[in-house]
Amino acid sequence: MIDTQHRPAATEEATPMVTISRLNKWYGDFHVLRDIDLSVARGERIVICGPSGSGKSTLIRCINHLEAHQQGEIVVSGIPMTNDVKRIEQIRRNVGMVFQHFNLFPHLTVLENCCLSPIWVQKKPRREAEKSAMEYLERVRIANQAHKYPGQLSGGQQQRVAIARALCMHPEVMLFDEPTSALDPEMIKEVLDVMIELAHEGMTMLCVTHEMGFARTVADRVIFMDEGQIVESAPPETFFNEPRSSRTREFLGQILGH
Amino acid sequence: MSTTAYDTDETLIASRPPPTPQGGVVHWLRTRLFSGPVNSVVSIVTLLVVVRLVWPVIDWALIQADWVGSSRADCTSDGACWVFISTRWSQIVYGFYPSAERWRVDIVLGLFFALIAWLVIPRLPGKKTAALMALIGLPIIAWVLLLGGMFGLPHVPTRAWGGLMLTLTIAAVGIVGSLPLGVVLALGRRSKMPFVRAICVIFIEFWRGVPLITVLFMSSVMLPLFVPANVEFDKLLRALIGIMLFWSAYMAEVVRSGLQAIDKGQGEAGAALGLGYWLRMRLIILPQALKLVIPGIVNTFIALFKDTSLVLIIGLFDVLSIIQAGLTDSDWLGFAIEGYVFAALVFWVFCFGMSRYSQIIERRLDTGHQH
Repeated sequence: MIDTQHRPAATEEATPMVTISRLNKWYGDFHVLRDIDLSVARGERIVICGPSGSGKSTLIRCINHLEAHQQGEIVVSGIPMTNDVKRIEQIRRNVGMVFQHFNLFPHLTVLENCCLSPIWVQKKPRREAEKSAMEYLERVRIANQAHKYPGQLSGGQQQRVAIARALCMHPEVMLFDEPTSALDPEMIKEVLDVMIELAHEGMTMLCVTHEMGFARTVADRVIFMDEGQIVESAPPETFFNEPRSSRTREFLGQILGH
Repeated sequence: MSTTAYDTDETLIASRPPPTPQGGVVHWLRTRLFSGPVNSVVSIVTLLVVVRLVWPVIDWALIQADWVGSSRADCTSDGACWVFISTRWSQIVYGFYPSAERWRVDIVLGLFFALIAWLVIPRLPGKKTAALMALIGLPIIAWVLLLGGMFGLPHVPTRAWGGLMLTLTIAAVGIVGSLPLGVVLALGRRSKMPFVRAICVIFIEFWRGVPLITVLFMSSVMLPLFVPANVEFDKLLRALIGIMLFWSAYMAEVVRSGLQAIDKGQGEAGAALGLGYWLRMRLIILPQALKLVIPGIVNTFIALFKDTSLVLIIGLFDVLSIIQAGLTDSDWLGFAIEGYVFAALVFWVFCFGMSRYSQIIERRLDTGHQH
């Protein structure tokens, strides 16, 4: 502890990428997030799981202000979240997000989808943006489809494009909101493979997912949420082998039971 | 018991070409019209009825008609006398525009149709330039040329305008003005800012709740009461503003229906990419929403085009009222049918053209997908 305080060079490493403290959110009277405290270190990979309606999607959607919270603080990459539009957009530029239903823009080609933010938000010249987008499409192994429209691709391909599109902004954190839940079973692996590669490259990741295999191999920490609270937070081996809470055990029993 | 070997390579069924469709007129006739005794009788009876009804019209309008001549004396046959139209042709196109200055109208009309051809013919390049020309270049050129009073062109007051050129002017200004205004109103009505939303709702509900005739009357009768007597506000300009505001309210609701059809995830994905509100609307939401509501937009355009003839109640002579005025000419009494049929044809040609163009656009913008 004392040691870190005396090493200013390490502050960059030591500052958490995302800090959430005493976060509360209501939908009307429904208390959807209750006193959430969460700190995500730079390069940390976190998997969030829990029954549906437990608030896990809402939690990660608060991190880039797709949902507004009522109480508590969120700091992303050193920038405290406020209701100021400029501030929110500044945070969003550092946060990539992948959605359950891909949300690609159907009227634009794969390449145009990827170049939209670099060109209009980061003001890069088109040629440079396209070159960089092609590199990311190469990495998610879909560069040969760059000039097709999303509607011509399979679900797995679309989700890989969505990942590439988010990466094109060079985000410091990636949020995944159930990225494989809308996919046919035979396409889940191709998306998980891309996510695993990304994790190995040191990207800070928060994934809401039910893919426990992914959690085991990649996660630094697995978080279990229920009824708007963080019930358990532990490294995967502890989480799966000796969960403390009975609710976690029950949940794991249900999804791993067969 | 024999095992069905679905999983071995031998039983994989090879792909075969589909059966060749039976084509040809004879096959089509036999399957669609004469597939049985009852159907054959129905087909023949229907055909006879259609011929019986349509033939007299063709006979009157085309076969028995008089096409050439210069006065009433040339109307000799039993059919339609299109000489009535041809002798008044210049009035129908130019209204009371001075003869010496009609070349100015010709240039504007020529540019107008050339730009439309440029936009419609798919092979021609530079659609963006054409659209910019049509939206910005043409209005300025038309304004300068038609009105005059500058660059040494004699001034032609708008009360001398009339006929087809007036109809097209009103329709073009109405169409070009009401769409962008409608888009802004539709966005405003969905705004989270209560003040903006309230203004847009009141505006839309006011203009939609008033008949266009009332709007035109108010613009021509009431507005002068509120402005000082020495300020002369052009009658056509007042009508144009009224028509634009009136139709923008309809357009706003058409556009709003498109905005509502776009999945929430589209806006969220745009927001997550760091795009601000206006960029999200411009790059993501509006292109998709407007494409969805092309049929509704064109429907409104067509209604607008036809309703331009209502300006006759404030004393402007559009193509319909100028033909109607010609019917009262004592030399030409009794040619109402020719007049009205021709007026209907003029409106139909333009409206049908818009309808076809919208289908071309829809096909061109189709990227073959759902989201």
